[in-house]
Amino acid sequence: MHDLDELISCAQADIAASPDLASLDQVRVRVLGKKSELSIRLKRLGSLPKADRPAAGEAINQAKQALQDSLQQRRSELESQHLQAKLNAAVVDVSLAGRGQRPGGLHPVTVTLERIETIFRAAGFAVHRGPEIEDEFHNFTALNIPADHPARAMHDTFYFSSGKLLRTHTSPVQIRAMMEQGAPIHLIAPGRVYRCDSDITHTPMFHQVEGLVVDRDVSFANLKAVLHEFVEHFFERQAELRFRPSYFPFTEPSAEVDVLSESGHWLEILGCGMVHPNVLQTVGIDAEEFTGYAFGMGVERLAMLRYGVSDLRLFFENDLQFLRQFG
Amino acid sequence: MKISEKWLREWADPNVSTSELAVQLTMAGIEVDTIESCGTGLDGVVVGRILTVEPHPDADKLSLCVVDVGAKKPLKIVCGATNVHEGGRYAAALVGTTLPDGTEIKRRKIRGAISEGMLCSARELSLADDADGIFEFDADCAEGAALRDVLGLDDQIIDLDLTPNRADCFCVIGVAREVAAINALEFTEPEAVAIKPTLKDTFHISLVAEDACPRFAGRIIRKLNMSANTPAWMQERLRRSGARPIHPVVDVTNYVMLELGQPMHGYDLERLSEGIVVRYAKPGETLALLGGQEIELTDNVLVIADANGPVGLAGIMGGESTAVSEQTIDIFLESAFFAPSAIVGRARRFGLHSDASLRFERGVDPQQQVRAIERATELLLAIAGGEAGPVEEVISEEHVPIRPEVPLRLERLARVLGVEVPPEQVRDILERLKMDIFFSNNDWRIRPPANRFDINIEEDLIEEVARLFGYDRVPETPGHARMQLSPATESRLRIARVRTALVDRGYQEAITYSFVPPGLNERMTGSPHHLELMNPISADQSVMRASLWPGLIQALMMNLNRQQTRIRLFESGIRFIYQDSDIIEEELIAGLAIGDRTPEHWEGAGNSADLFDIKADIEALFALTGAADEFSFTAAEHPALRPGRATRIDRSGQQVGWLGELHPGIVADFELQQVPLLFEISVAPALAANRPVYSEISRFPAVRRDVAVVVNQAVPVAEIEAAVKKVAAPVLRELTIFDVYSGKGIETGRKSVGLGLILQKTSRTLTDAEVGGVIDTVTECLADKFEAKIRE
Repeated sequence: MHDLDELISCAQADIAASPDLASLDQVRVRVLGKKSELSIRLKRLGSLPKADRPAAGEAINQAKQALQDSLQQRRSELESQHLQAKLNAAVVDVSLAGRGQRPGGLHPVTVTLERIETIFRAAGFAVHRGPEIEDEFHNFTALNIPADHPARAMHDTFYFSSGKLLRTHTSPVQIRAMMEQGAPIHLIAPGRVYRCDSDITHTPMFHQVEGLVVDRDVSFANLKAVLHEFVEHFFERQAELRFRPSYFPFTEPSAEVDVLSESGHWLEILGCGMVHPNVLQTVGIDAEEFTGYAFGMGVERLAMLRYGVSDLRLFFENDLQFLRQFG
Repeated sequence: MKISEKWLREWADPNVSTSELAVQLTMAGIEVDTIESCGTGLDGVVVGRILTVEPHPDADKLSLCVVDVGAKKPLKIVCGATNVHEGGRYAAALVGTTLPDGTEIKRRKIRGAISEGMLCSARELSLADDADGIFEFDADCAEGAALRDVLGLDDQIIDLDLTPNRADCFCVIGVAREVAAINALEFTEPEAVAIKPTLKDTFHISLVAEDACPRFAGRIIRKLNMSANTPAWMQERLRRSGARPIHPVVDVTNYVMLELGQPMHGYDLERLSEGIVVRYAKPGETLALLGGQEIELTDNVLVIADANGPVGLAGIMGGESTAVSEQTIDIFLESAFFAPSAIVGRARRFGLHSDASLRFERGVDPQQQVRAIERATELLLAIAGGEAGPVEEVISEEHVPIRPEVPLRLERLARVLGVEVPPEQVRDILERLKMDIFFSNNDWRIRPPANRFDINIEEDLIEEVARLFGYDRVPETPGHARMQLSPATESRLRIARVRTALVDRGYQEAITYSFVPPGLNERMTGSPHHLELMNPISADQSVMRASLWPGLIQALMMNLNRQQTRIRLFESGIRFIYQDSDIIEEELIAGLAIGDRTPEHWEGAGNSADLFDIKADIEALFALTGAADEFSFTAAEHPALRPGRATRIDRSGQQVGWLGELHPGIVADFELQQVPLLFEISVAPALAANRPVYSEISRFPAVRRDVAVVVNQAVPVAEIEAAVKKVAAPVLRELTIFDVYSGKGIETGRKSVGLGLILQKTSRTLTDAEVGGVIDTVTECLADKFEAKIRE
C-alpha cells in the first residue's frame, strides 16, 4: 500500500499549499471527487481477491478520512486568515475624537449659587426671590436705614427718575417675605444686586445670597453654628471661622465673618447678625416673641475663593476661555 | 481714620504688642485696616546745623554748605534748596543711608565740589507728600540727634476702618477709651483746662435754629502771631493722622479734633460783622467757600452767618470771606454741637465731605464744646501767643441730646446671644464702657455716655456686652430646625433643568450686565422707550435691558475679537420693560449661536449651524415640559431678526418667544463674517410643565404608509401636519415628515412633502381596508384644505 501513502502525502501537500478557499475546493475535487484516484480505487475494490478487500477498503477509507481532516483543517485556517485580513483592513484609530456636540458649561456664579442653595435647602431654608428694581422702603427704610442715614451713602445706589432704585442688596427680599408670611420663617434669597461702583475690586452688578431665620428662641449661637457648618460644606474642608463685631443697620448685634485661609490669612466672607427689632417691628413681627438672625454673602467673592479666580471682572466679561474652565 | 500708636498709648497703654493691639481692636469691632511703620529708612538722618553757606563756584543754583552733624569734623554738603541759612538746623542724611524712596547717599562730586551727605526735604524723607525746601528743625534740637528720636518716629500709624455707628472713635481719646475698656485699664479723662481770660471782649452769638445747634461755645483771641511755627511734635502728629500742617490756627483746631473729636473753626474776627447767628439759609443765599467754590444754598442747609449773610456751612466748611490767613491778628473761635440730622446728607449734596462733616453727621459728644475750646486756646496761646477773651457759651438745654436710659434684661441677653454671661461680668463690661447702671431688683437700666449715639435700645447693649465678652466666646449651638419637607412640583420645569439641557447641547452660560447701551437695546428690541438710570456708570451702561440679546451680542463680539469662531452662549435672567407705565421684570432664557453646527472634526469641514439646528435645541427644551404639542412656530417679523428667517414661538396661542437669524442690517453694522442665530423665551409661560398621564399602549402591529403630496410653497408644513393629525387621530400613532422637495419634476411655486404615517389600534390589528381608508381620508382632506395633489 506504499503508493496509497504516497498518494495521501501528495494530496496533503497540495491541500497545505492551497492559497485560498477556491483552490482548496479544486484540490478537494481532485483528491476526493468522483474522478479522484481514491474514488477509482474504491470502485476497483471489487476486482481484488475477496480476502484482500476488507483490508484494502479499510485503507482507502482511512486515506479518505485523513484527506477530509486535512481539508477541514486547511479550510479553518484559510477562513480564519480571511477573517483576520478583513478585520485588519477595517481597523480604526480609536484615539481619534468622537463625533457631535461638545457640552458647554454653567457660569461659575451659577455653579456657586446652586451649591449654596443645595446646602441650605437641605436644612429647610426655602428659596425666595424678589424684584431687582426696588423702592426706598424695601431697600432702605424697612431695613432700619432711614433717609440720610450714613449707611445709605455706603451703598452707592443706582436710581431711576421715578425714585425707584436698583436693589443694593438682597435684603429687601427678607422684608417682602416677612410681610407676606410672618414668622416663623426660614429662607435664603439669592440674586443680582447693584452698586454704582466700578474698579478693580468692584463691579456695578454682582450676586448675593441673603439668609434669614426668624423663630422662637433663635440666638447668635445658632447663627454661629449654621454659618460654620455652611462654610465647611461650601469649601469641603474643616475651616476656622472668626466672628468680629461690625455694623449693619438691620442687625444688632452684627458681625463680619472671616475664614482662615489655607495660607493662614483671615479672609472676610460674609456679614451677619441678629435681626434688628426695628426691622421686625416694621414687618409686624413681635420682637419679644420672636428673635431672628440674618446673613448675607457675596457670591463672586465665594466663587473667587473656591476656584482661585483672581479678578472679579472676569465673571462678567464672558470670555469663553474663562467660562470653559468651570463645569 | 489714621491714628498714631504712640499718641494712643499716651492715654491707654496696655501691655500688648502693636499687632496684638490691632487684633484686640478688630475683635472689638474697631477694624484695623493697616499698620504702617513710621520712619523706615531714616536711621542715618540727623540734625545738621549749618555753619556756613557759600555759592557753588560752577553752578548758579547750588550752594556749598558746611554742616555740623555732631561729629568731630563738620561735613561738606552741596545743596540746591534756597531755604538753608547759616545757624539753621536741617535734616542731613549721612553717607551710607538709603532713604525711604530708595536714594542711596554716597560721597560724591557735584560739579566738581565734594558732597559728603545730603540735606533732605520732608518729601525726600517721606514725611509729607509735597514740601518746599529742606526740612527744618526747631532751634533747640542738638546737632547730630537722630531724626527718628527728635520726631518720635519709632511709631506705627494704625489705620482704622470705622463703622458709621462708632462716631465716638473718631479721635485718639475715643479709641483710647475703647482700648482701656478692652483691657480693663483705668482710664482717666484728660484734665479740663480753663484759660484765664486776659480780655473782656466777647462776640455776640445767637442760636436761631436751636434744635439744629443747641450748644455753641465761642471766644475771641487777639494779637496772634500767625508767622509762628507749629511745633514739630504737633506737625508730626498731624501728619501721622493724615492732616497737612498749615498755620497755627488750622493746626490747633485740627489737633483738638483729632484728640477729642470736636471739630472747630476759626474766623478772622476783623472780617466778621456784628455777631454770629446760627440759622438755616434763606433760599437764594450764596456762599463762597474756602478754596473759592461758590454754592447756592437752600432753606434746609444750616449756616453760620453774620450781619452780612452766611460765613460758613455749619459743621461742614468755613467760608472764604472770613478765613484765617497769615495776615490775621484776631480770631473768633467756634466750638459747637450740630445735630446729626441737621448735617447729614448736606456734604454729600454739595460734594464737600470734610473731617468735620464726617464727625457731625455721625454724632459728636454734645457735652465737650467748652472743654475743646479751652484745650485749643491753651495750645494756640502757647504757639502763637495772643490774648484770650472769656468763653461765651449759648445753650438751648431742651435741645441738647440726652442719652436715654436703656433697659437691659439678663434673660433677654442670654436668649439673644445663646449664652449666659454672668451678671457680674455684664456689670463689669458696662462699667468699663463708662455706662451708668441703675439697678432695681432684676431690672437694669443703663445710661450710655454722651458720645455713644449708637446706644438706644436693649439690643445695642447686648452687642456691647457681646463685643467685650468676645464673639469668639459665644458657643456654636445648632438650632432646632423645624422639620420641613420640600416640594417636588411637576407643574413647572426647574430653570436649572433647562440650563443643564442647554449646556448638554453645547451652550456656555454667560452672565451679562443688566444695563446696556441704549442704541443696542433699541436695535435688538425695536423700542426706543428705555428704562434709564439717572446715575449710570457710563453711557454704555445707561439703560436697563429690554432683552437679553444686547448683552449676548456684546459677549459675542468680545469672543470674536478674541479669535473664537464657534460660539454658543445662553443666559437666564431678567429683562425690564414698561407696561402701562409700570415696570415689568420678566424672566427670560435666551441664547445665541454662530459658527459650525458641531465642533471642528477630523472627518472634515462642518456646516454652519442654521435655524433648524437652534430650533432643535429649543424643541428639546419644550419637550421637557411634556407638552411639546402645545408649542407652535409661526413666521413673523422682528426688528432684530432677518425677514423670512424669523419665527414667533407660541404656546397654546400665547406668545412665548422668538427665534431667528440676526437681521442683515445688524450683521453688517457689526461687520460679522457669519450670521448669528438667536432665541429668547419667556420662562414663566414656556416652562409650565404637564404632569404625564398614562395612556394605553398597543400590543398589535403598527403599519407605516408613506404619502407624498404636492402643495403650494407658501403652505407651512406644520399646518399640513396639524390637519393630518386631526383627521387621522384615532389610529395615527406617529407622523413624520421624511422629505420636503421642490425643483425638477415639481411645478414652480410648489413643493412636495413626504408624510410618513404610522397607524395602530390598541384593540386589534388594522386591516388593509382600514389603512387604505385612513390614507384616503387624509389625502382628501389635504386636497380640500391645501389643494394638495398626491405625488406618484
